[in-house]
Amino acid sequence: MSETPEMITRSRSDGEVLLSCQNVTKEFSVAGSTVVAVDDVSLEFPEASVLAVVGESGSGKSTLARMLLRLMPVTSGTITFRGEDVTSLSGKGLRQYWSEVQAVFQDPFASFNQFFTVGSLLRRSLALAEVTGDEAEALIEECLGYVDMAPAKTLGKFPHQLSGGQRQRVMVARALMMRPKVLLADEATSMLDATLRVNVLNVLHDLRSELGLTVLFITHDIGQACYLADRVAVMERGRVVERGSTEEVIFSPQGEYTRRLLADVPDLRGSLRT
Amino acid sequence: MSALLARATNIRCVYGGGEEDFTAVDGVSLELGEGEILGLAGESGCGKTTLGNALAMIATPPLYVLSGLLEIDGESIDLSTLSVADLKRHRPYRGRTVSMLPQGAMNSISPTIRVRSLVHDVMRAHDPRVTKAEALDLARDRLKMLDMPVRVLDSYAHQLSGGMKQRLITVISTLQNPRLLIADEPTSALDVSSQRMLVEMLLAMVEQRIMSGVVFVTHDLPVLSQVSDKLAIMNAGRIVETGPTRRLVEEPQHDYTRTLLSSVLDPSHETRERGRLRSSGHAGPQAPTSEKEVGAR
Repeated sequence: MSETPEMITRSRSDGEVLLSCQNVTKEFSVAGSTVVAVDDVSLEFPEASVLAVVGESGSGKSTLARMLLRLMPVTSGTITFRGEDVTSLSGKGLRQYWSEVQAVFQDPFASFNQFFTVGSLLRRSLALAEVTGDEAEALIEECLGYVDMAPAKTLGKFPHQLSGGQRQRVMVARALMMRPKVLLADEATSMLDATLRVNVLNVLHDLRSELGLTVLFITHDIGQACYLADRVAVMERGRVVERGSTEEVIFSPQGEYTRRLLADVPDLRGSLRT
Repeated sequence: MSALLARATNIRCVYGGGEEDFTAVDGVSLELGEGEILGLAGESGCGKTTLGNALAMIATPPLYVLSGLLEIDGESIDLSTLSVADLKRHRPYRGRTVSMLPQGAMNSISPTIRVRSLVHDVMRAHDPRVTKAEALDLARDRLKMLDMPVRVLDSYAHQLSGGMKQRLITVISTLQNPRLLIADEPTSALDVSSQRMLVEMLLAMVEQRIMSGVVFVTHDLPVLSQVSDKLAIMNAGRIVETGPTRRLVEEPQHDYTRTLLSSVLDPSHETRERGRLRSSGHAGPQAPTSEKEVGAR
């Protein structure tokens, strides 16, 4: 495709582009052959917007996320944050980047150390950023407030004493403590029950409107993208095959793959058999 | 209304052995007609898997079935499992009268043997006289009936996709033509396209009377709207509402059913509108803010 990122992901109401990637590719060597997991992807994330990347298992969306987070090196391409090339940052610069670009992953259980209470877990994260004492407590209270959790009822608990929804909200609070500009949510709500999922998505909605957070929302579930995102990019086998506003992509899809993906999604009222 | 296939009455299950017993299923009764698919919907911890295990007669300590009667094929089976003798008593019904497709079944295919050996193992577990040739003939016929490639029998698990493994294990678990299949979250780990293929296969299997009825356990209401004739909505160990799928989706009576329906996010204009309202700072959809409100325990 010859389109430039500008013409497809910008619209007049958008803020400045905060984070972007240009022609990013990731190749893995598997048993002597090369697998292209992400193939020449360019995306832009304007400030205070929500971009959803949707695709089926194996489409490369998590690999893309890992590269944007700088947890995995790119094979080729560039990642830019606030106009600066961050593709090969290291040391202090990279730590600074990580404080501004935070992530929440799929399995909230896997991200917790089972032997620490929520309180010590959050305090330890803050200690890494050299925030301690009253300042730390105030920040923890503020961030738990964003996700609608009471510190008194939460901090003394161990991860296994929280439900999946509560654990995931603690993970969002933990990410927010770093006062990030970008929150990357990789299937962050996929393991949650439907009612709690809406609850966490609403937290993301509110953070965007109240704190101006930029959200990259990675999901296989087009319905969630439809509820949350301003823009949608559809990935198939490592490539972005369709992108545009949520309305364009979901309600008048152009690509064959997007149409097929949408046709397979059961629609609560439209699919009734009897 | 079709003829009655099965009726379960007053099922009560507890998890014991700890400091105090925990009642997971609290007096549930269900009815299923011949050729019907019943969707059992509810969220994590509501007791739907436990109920499925009780119906399939595979409850083992610390889960105890305190009471419950399953009437099927003119037989009345006491579902309670209070002693080892009860587990033995249930043995002839397992896999034949009621077959269970447990959660994550696709991950239970042994990685070290070919699928055809698994087919034989499963058949032999129920009837030691079955030869490998007989088991394979039956499996081949079944796969052909359901438009699935017969060559999968020669594969190892790692050579198959998740969707194919799940359909295959569904076929294997119904080789004995059980009257009733309990399928626990069979579509939950699959992509939408694989989900659709599994749903279509289940419908074809009931149509061809490979089994006469299915209890489809899931938290996914849109999938149930595709597959089920009737719905039973479960919350905190009880069935709060039951009825034809269309009636429940279009005119839910119970508050919990309404909560569950309002949290479905399908790619529709309605979902989009709700999202837009929320992002512009309006109240947005009603969503419970705590686990207490949704009855998870």
